[in-house]
Amino acid sequence: MHTFNVNGKAVNLDVEDDMPLLWALRDELGMTGTKFGCGVAACGACTVHIDGVATRSCVMPVVAVAGKSVQTIEGQGDPILAKLQAAWVEHQVPQCGYCQSGMLMAATALLRQNPHPTDSDIDDAMTNICRCGTYQRVRAAIHTAAGAKGGQ
Amino acid sequence: MMSRSLKPAGISRRQFLIAGTAVGGGLLVGCASPSPENRLGSKADFPEANGEIALNGWVKISPDGKVTVAVPRSEMGQGVLTSLPMLLVEELDARWEDVTVEQAPVARIYANTALLINVIPFGVDDDSLMARVARSSMQRMGYALSLQVTGGSSSIRDAWEPLRLAGATARGMLIRAAAQKWKVRADDCIAENGVVIYPDTGHKMTFAELAKSAAEQEVPRDVPFKDPSKYKLIGKPVKRLDIPSKTNGSAQFGIDTRLDGMLYAAIAQPPVFGSTVTSFDAASASKMRGVVKVIQIRDGVVVVANSWWRAKQALAEVKISYSSTDHDKLSTADIRKQFEQALQDQSGFGFTNKGDAKDALKDAAKVIESTYWAPYLAHAAMEPINCVAQVQGKKVEIWASTQSPSLAKWKAAQVADVDTDQVTLHVPLLGGGFGRRLEIDMVEQAVAIAKELDGKPVKLVWTREEDTQHDMYRPAALSHFQAAIGKDGRVSAWSNKLVAQSIGYASVKRLMPMAAADTPDKNQIEGAFDIPYGFEHISVKQVRPQVPVPVGSWRSVGHSYNAFFTESFIDELAYAVGQDPYAYRKSLLNEHPRHRIVLQTAAEKAGWGKPLPPGVARGIALHESFGSICAQVAEVSVFEGAVKVHRVVCAIDCGIVVNPDTVEAQMQSSIVFGLSAALFGEITIADGRVEQSSFPSYDVVHMSHMPKVETHIVRNTHAPGGVGEPGTPPIAPAVANAIYALTKQRIKSLPIRLNHA
Repeated sequence: MHTFNVNGKAVNLDVEDDMPLLWALRDELGMTGTKFGCGVAACGACTVHIDGVATRSCVMPVVAVAGKSVQTIEGQGDPILAKLQAAWVEHQVPQCGYCQSGMLMAATALLRQNPHPTDSDIDDAMTNICRCGTYQRVRAAIHTAAGAKGGQ
Repeated sequence: MMSRSLKPAGISRRQFLIAGTAVGGGLLVGCASPSPENRLGSKADFPEANGEIALNGWVKISPDGKVTVAVPRSEMGQGVLTSLPMLLVEELDARWEDVTVEQAPVARIYANTALLINVIPFGVDDDSLMARVARSSMQRMGYALSLQVTGGSSSIRDAWEPLRLAGATARGMLIRAAAQKWKVRADDCIAENGVVIYPDTGHKMTFAELAKSAAEQEVPRDVPFKDPSKYKLIGKPVKRLDIPSKTNGSAQFGIDTRLDGMLYAAIAQPPVFGSTVTSFDAASASKMRGVVKVIQIRDGVVVVANSWWRAKQALAEVKISYSSTDHDKLSTADIRKQFEQALQDQSGFGFTNKGDAKDALKDAAKVIESTYWAPYLAHAAMEPINCVAQVQGKKVEIWASTQSPSLAKWKAAQVADVDTDQVTLHVPLLGGGFGRRLEIDMVEQAVAIAKELDGKPVKLVWTREEDTQHDMYRPAALSHFQAAIGKDGRVSAWSNKLVAQSIGYASVKRLMPMAAADTPDKNQIEGAFDIPYGFEHISVKQVRPQVPVPVGSWRSVGHSYNAFFTESFIDELAYAVGQDPYAYRKSLLNEHPRHRIVLQTAAEKAGWGKPLPPGVARGIALHESFGSICAQVAEVSVFEGAVKVHRVVCAIDCGIVVNPDTVEAQMQSSIVFGLSAALFGEITIADGRVEQSSFPSYDVVHMSHMPKVETHIVRNTHAPGGVGEPGTPPIAPAVANAIYALTKQRIKSLPIRLNHA
């Protein structure tokens, strides 16, 4: 039995120790906002926060999350995420949208650590893959949410 | 308008091709005409629920005032869930806030009649009789086949007339209903913001109040469309309806489908193309936690379990043997050698034969010669391939994030051995399509698996590795050019021979093997046979080799490699005759004013010719595809062999613009897609199989590579062109040409690799 916290609620799961958190969220808890993209921590579609740190859930075994707090895209009440979500709509960022949960979680972690990132900070922190090519708008939206002027 | 001046020999061959298609279209169709009037449909096409009233097959009005628009195209990021309703609502004069969309069922009125226009060889500014007959014939064929498919940058081109007509006639019916109630002339009433008004008395009724009696009115004939100066939506940057759900995790993609009692399936397909499973041993896998069944289907071995991760873990424990093939040792080098041989040995099919290029080359003072290569590419959409299916007796239900709803339904029925009427299809959002989701292999597999599961629903999900190694790839291509420079120092002849597998043949063969014929394929040579430059002699030929690597449509199809080839070679010619690459192109575009304006816009906005920081250079490229014309200028630097693209200025003429913000987003998107291919994209074959497996080995553009993209829309009133693909072809040559300007290294092969000493 694995006990941890997801978006403020305690969960108990009777699954294998090595089941990745991604699949515990998607298939066991029915929370499909977190996406499967590659399974090898390369694309970032599965990004969630574990105790506030952006983490690729597809390679994070459930046993390693015991007792910790997991925040997913479905979590509410995070003011930074809310600000980013508003900026995402303002800049019309998503296209297919599949990578955007991961993008938003990565951006939330970035702004929590660094409230006014430069373009180069964004390049370093936002390593998620988007095949639709929304990068330019992701960058602009992060700057907007940070209260700064977009790009330079 | 312009039509190309071709010598009779060229025309007769093309005429033969077109006549064949036209006759084919005619035979299929009988008298069915896909006119906008015939495509209005009724509530039989777009079923009503919860008190909704359908005014035709495209729009329903709810008692609470909600306006529901049918969208038969698949949303894969191109904004179609917003742009199609914009067309209808503009003419309906409903309030945009009241609009909601519903995925249309499969029905003939929803067929994509513009898709097949992409398979005939006519340019956007070709208005000749032959071009018009061929276009109309292709529209009929799409309609006759009920081809409900999203692809070929055709959604707006198809919807432009029928959706506006659906809105305009529905408005007419609402006005007539009101006029009847008030006993006044319909012509004296107006509709705006969801209300019909009789201005003389100030009488008002909402669309919701009028819907029921409006539905009983006759469909008005000859309703005029709005004057474009009155547009409130078309041409405006309307916010997309699907975006909020894509910021909070609630958007439902195919892979997110969850059903009561649903099982999960993972598949292992033979790594060598064309190989099959000969035997498998699932003894240990079957005992693993959660495993329900291990089965073999045509395409491989499948583990079904109560969670996808368990299915995948167990699959790794299944020992599988595969049959050998005659290409177990095939490599990319072998394929390239085969193409080079074909280039030598085969004369090829002449797609364009203007003047006499052969003679001109013989008489030339100088001949410039070059050969280019582009590799196989994977689509690598972010949402791995998946499909949910349930087979209960004769009832089949599928959930597929597909670009091809009508084909998915047909295939599901075929595999389950039921009538298509027995198949219910749901099309959730697509996590990227790029042409991969035109294919229906995942539907065939999911239904085959579901048949074995006693009525339980099953979700098949491929791993990223399966997705990369079992794609229908963008074909590799080898292209040879010769240009004749006369004694006057001008280029007189352009001769091009292209070797690449036929996508048309491959696609039809997968769908209907009996109907497949390896005939001349426009998609293979598109963008090469129809270069806009006005040389006196042009010869463009195609050779279509047979290779066991499966190929399919990849964003911009043949244009994706032909733009790199032709726009690199024209750049070579500019230098060969000692001219500026922009000025040279411009001087050859006298017969194509639209191309000229686009090229000029990109160059001027980019500041062509103005100084750049040291170590940065510009390259330019122009390409027409999918009814639109796009030019790009890339600013590039090279540091220790690594290419950095700083800025891309993009000019696009896509005719009438529906949503300019979507056009801008699609240019950014297409440029990133093409840049990923230009800088990194390469699928290689060794031992008959694909060597790459996931993103680390099939790399793509990340945030840190992202150039600043500026889009400039060239506005005019020509019919709408496509926007999903036309931005992809020019980026590779624009970057490669900038590299030449900077380093004098001519990039002749993709992905770009620099020799640096």
